[in-house]
Amino acid sequence: MLQDLLPTDVSTFGGDIDHVFWLIFWIVGIWFVAAEGVLFYSIIRHRKREGATAMYLPGDTPRQLAWVLIPALVVLCLDLGIDRAGASAWERVKGTPPAGDVVVRINAKQFNWNFTYPGPDGKFGTADDVTTENDLHVPVGKVVRFELQSEDVIHSFFVPNLRLKQDVVPGRTISGWFEATTTGTYEIACSELCGFGHYSMHGNVIVQTPAEYAGWVRDKWPSQTAANSPAAKRN
Amino acid sequence: MSTAVQTASAEVPVGYESVAPPSGKLGVWWFLASEIMVFGGFIGSYVLLRVAHGGWPDQASHVNWRLGAINTLVLVTSSLTMILALNAVRIERRERAARFLLLTVLLGFTFLGVKSIEYTRELSEGFTPSSGMFWSFYYIMTGLHGVHVLGGIVLNAILYIAAVRGTLWSGNRRARVEFAGLYWHFVDVVWIFLFPLLYLA
Amino acid sequence: MEVATSHTQPTGFIRRYLFSTDHKVIAKQYLSLSLAMALVGGFTSYLIRWQLAWPETNIPGWGPIGPDDYNAIITMHGTVMVFFVAMPFLLGAFGNFLIPLMIGANDMAFPRLNMISFWTLFTASVVLTSSMFVPGGAAAAGWTSYAPLSDNPIYTGVNRGQNLWILAVALEFGSFLMGGINFLTTTLNMRAPGMSLSRLPILVWMEITAAVVFLLSVGPLIAGALMLLMDRTLGTGFFRPDRGGDPLLWEHLFWFFGHPEVYVVALPGFGMMLEIIPVFARKPIFGYRTIIWSTIAAGLLSFIVWAHHMFVSGMDPRLATPFSVTTILISVPFAIIVFAMIASVWRGAIVLSTAMLFALGGLATFLVGGVTGIFLGSATTDIFLHGTYFVVAHFHYTLFPVTFFGGFAGLYYWFPKMFGRMMNEALGKIHFLFTFVCFNAVFIPLFLAGLKGNPRRLYEMSSYDFLKPVQQFHVIATIATIGLLVGQLPLVVNFVYSLVRGKTATANPWQANTLEWTTASPPPHENFRKMPMVYRAPYEYSVPGAPSDWIPQTEPPQPIYPVTAVAD
Repeated sequence: MLQDLLPTDVSTFGGDIDHVFWLIFWIVGIWFVAAEGVLFYSIIRHRKREGATAMYLPGDTPRQLAWVLIPALVVLCLDLGIDRAGASAWERVKGTPPAGDVVVRINAKQFNWNFTYPGPDGKFGTADDVTTENDLHVPVGKVVRFELQSEDVIHSFFVPNLRLKQDVVPGRTISGWFEATTTGTYEIACSELCGFGHYSMHGNVIVQTPAEYAGWVRDKWPSQTAANSPAAKRN
Repeated sequence: MSTAVQTASAEVPVGYESVAPPSGKLGVWWFLASEIMVFGGFIGSYVLLRVAHGGWPDQASHVNWRLGAINTLVLVTSSLTMILALNAVRIERRERAARFLLLTVLLGFTFLGVKSIEYTRELSEGFTPSSGMFWSFYYIMTGLHGVHVLGGIVLNAILYIAAVRGTLWSGNRRARVEFAGLYWHFVDVVWIFLFPLLYLA
Repeated sequence: MEVATSHTQPTGFIRRYLFSTDHKVIAKQYLSLSLAMALVGGFTSYLIRWQLAWPETNIPGWGPIGPDDYNAIITMHGTVMVFFVAMPFLLGAFGNFLIPLMIGANDMAFPRLNMISFWTLFTASVVLTSSMFVPGGAAAAGWTSYAPLSDNPIYTGVNRGQNLWILAVALEFGSFLMGGINFLTTTLNMRAPGMSLSRLPILVWMEITAAVVFLLSVGPLIAGALMLLMDRTLGTGFFRPDRGGDPLLWEHLFWFFGHPEVYVVALPGFGMMLEIIPVFARKPIFGYRTIIWSTIAAGLLSFIVWAHHMFVSGMDPRLATPFSVTTILISVPFAIIVFAMIASVWRGAIVLSTAMLFALGGLATFLVGGVTGIFLGSATTDIFLHGTYFVVAHFHYTLFPVTFFGGFAGLYYWFPKMFGRMMNEALGKIHFLFTFVCFNAVFIPLFLAGLKGNPRRLYEMSSYDFLKPVQQFHVIATIATIGLLVGQLPLVVNFVYSLVRGKTATANPWQANTLEWTTASPPPHENFRKMPMVYRAPYEYSVPGAPSDWIPQTEPPQPIYPVTAVAD
């Protein structure tokens, strides 16, 4: 299946992105095959032959130019259609995020990822913050909002299965969100050259069932009861 | 760079003389276009960063706008003397042309002199290129501009010497005064942008 | 009409071949430099691809490389290929050689500036090459040199090498600024009588549009390069957040130039294909004026698309949609140009000479690059594809066709004019076959890897489970790369052999119409013994009713009334 060319999509907005991808795929695919087809047909069919001369077609009359300009006009219309589809998907992904259930600060540095959870008080920079290395635990079916920060150079937080990518720029905090649809472990890769360890900046998004996630939370904040768990809706 | 412009020779049919500006001038204009983009890059970056970061008022207040204003006057006057030099070239008043070229050179030196006074004071007060973003931009923009002023001084000095020696008046060499003039006006115009952005804002 | 300084040809090796002001000699100097640097660029691609396919082995002929070496090698690969191969080959060599000849001039407007421009580039390549041997090694922050990675030596361990990179690139910019001024002034001022702008060969239009685009786009990056140098040497912080600066400023300055730059390379490549297709299809270019207007439109639009390289950079997300729109709009003039090129082939009497094979092969492969650009130009799909091998495959499918297919087409086509000898067609066709097949075999697997999310600039893929399935693609790509590199040997052999033992070329072996074919192969020092008079557009092939299937631009119009003797 063509969809297998792409990684498995476990993101609520992955479908939006993939939809635009396949829209473009079919539009340009048809044009590509048609253009190459005409070109190759002509190369074979219009080889120099005894007695046949080339046709004098300077393309300087509207009638002749129509053969080029009308297809170009169609291309323009299809282009604008692609942009419309893309714009609404972009707004969903990178625009105002939905209210989040989980907030986490993602810290990128040469050469790994740290994840800081605010803990039951919901505030960063307090005593109950917990930082994990390389593994980002999140509950399935919940909106996770993140804040990206870099300690040193530009990195890029890329989770292929979530169709999620955001550059991490030192000196600023960049927010984003995602919601995973399926449990599992999905890899994080750095996708901006960040030094000699760029190739090994590996991390994991561990999407857990509510029970598993609650277990992980209990493990990290043992003095809290279930009622105060940070899995509750919080911003 | 030079061109030898030959007017219609025996091989060029009558009526095909060029109506385009002569090559030297066209070349200078293309060069200036690219230079505008260089300074434009600096100015654009400076304006955007300064607006985004709150205006850097503490840093910017330490430039001496009076000295900057004097320099603006100096440079504008030097553009005037350059125009007068070019005029004199056109009407074949050789000593007058030489005189105004020399004046332009001297005004250029004056500009650089005032600039060095400013730099000396600023550096001694501890405002170096690494003192803050405003200062980084200030030094790089006025520094690059100063290098261009120096280049113009050298060009005009060469032309002055050629005028005095008489070599400027042979062939079509006098066209170089116009090229140098264009360059010098460009250097002036850049300063007209830098002065308000760095000194008055 | 201006005539370049007429002078007799200098004697002595130094003035004639080293420090010559003759555009034809300078062109050959650019050609030699670009081909030499292509060896360096090609070698780096061998190192890169071997490392990726078999990371656990030492690279034959080189040894083991570590991840910091790898980063320096990919940086050199990109820098060399864009700035020291593509531009010198397409603009420096062919632009310099052909513009005066095609417009009927004796030389460029500023011959000494031309000479200085070459030696500036030569100095730049020496500086860049030397950067590989200094302590800390060559720059390792990518050809894009993003800050702060490139700005603070502690992040890469490279210090002097990065400064030398900045200097080399700055010198290269200076060289092509000088060249661009020459191209523009020459074309506007020194055309032979009758050579109106609407009779200019399309390659000349492409070269001067490229020159204008370069001239107007490079300034902000020169500013940026100076800022980067100051950050690195004077303690400023333009791009360093720890000093109050902004890394994204570098990205904007870089890409404001970087995007127009790819059209600076692409347009002359198209120009070569467009010159060659009519000659070997024996019919005019379809839509000459339309192509020129589209080219100008593309050149203008190229200035307002740059942030499509920055959709996920952290810039304001609201900028994404406007830049997606401008980016997708720029596909329209290119679609027009591509359709016009195909129409130029249609119903021709096609002869598949080596030059024609490369021209058509270039068109066919460029189409892949063009359509894959749509995926990247739409911000939404770019979220997934940015920074992956999809991008790498896309830009190789655009840059390689224009530089190498277009450039090789030009080489086989104009070699007789440049050197007075014919190249061997059989070897040329073998070269084409290897290049065409192997090039596609390298980069189609890399598209597939990119679709799987394979990030770029990775020293090896073993850190990630999700990349295990793509390793086979990398092996295929590497084997094909070796084939591609080996497949250039027929060209090397052909080039050298033909230089010394090739069949002597006539003035016009291809029966082509443009002015360079009206003079000897190679042309005399002053190009034309008599100033040409131009009467026609350049692509009058297979004109109905004409006595032959080609009419040179210098062919006077035939009288339409019978000429009778006048009584005294």
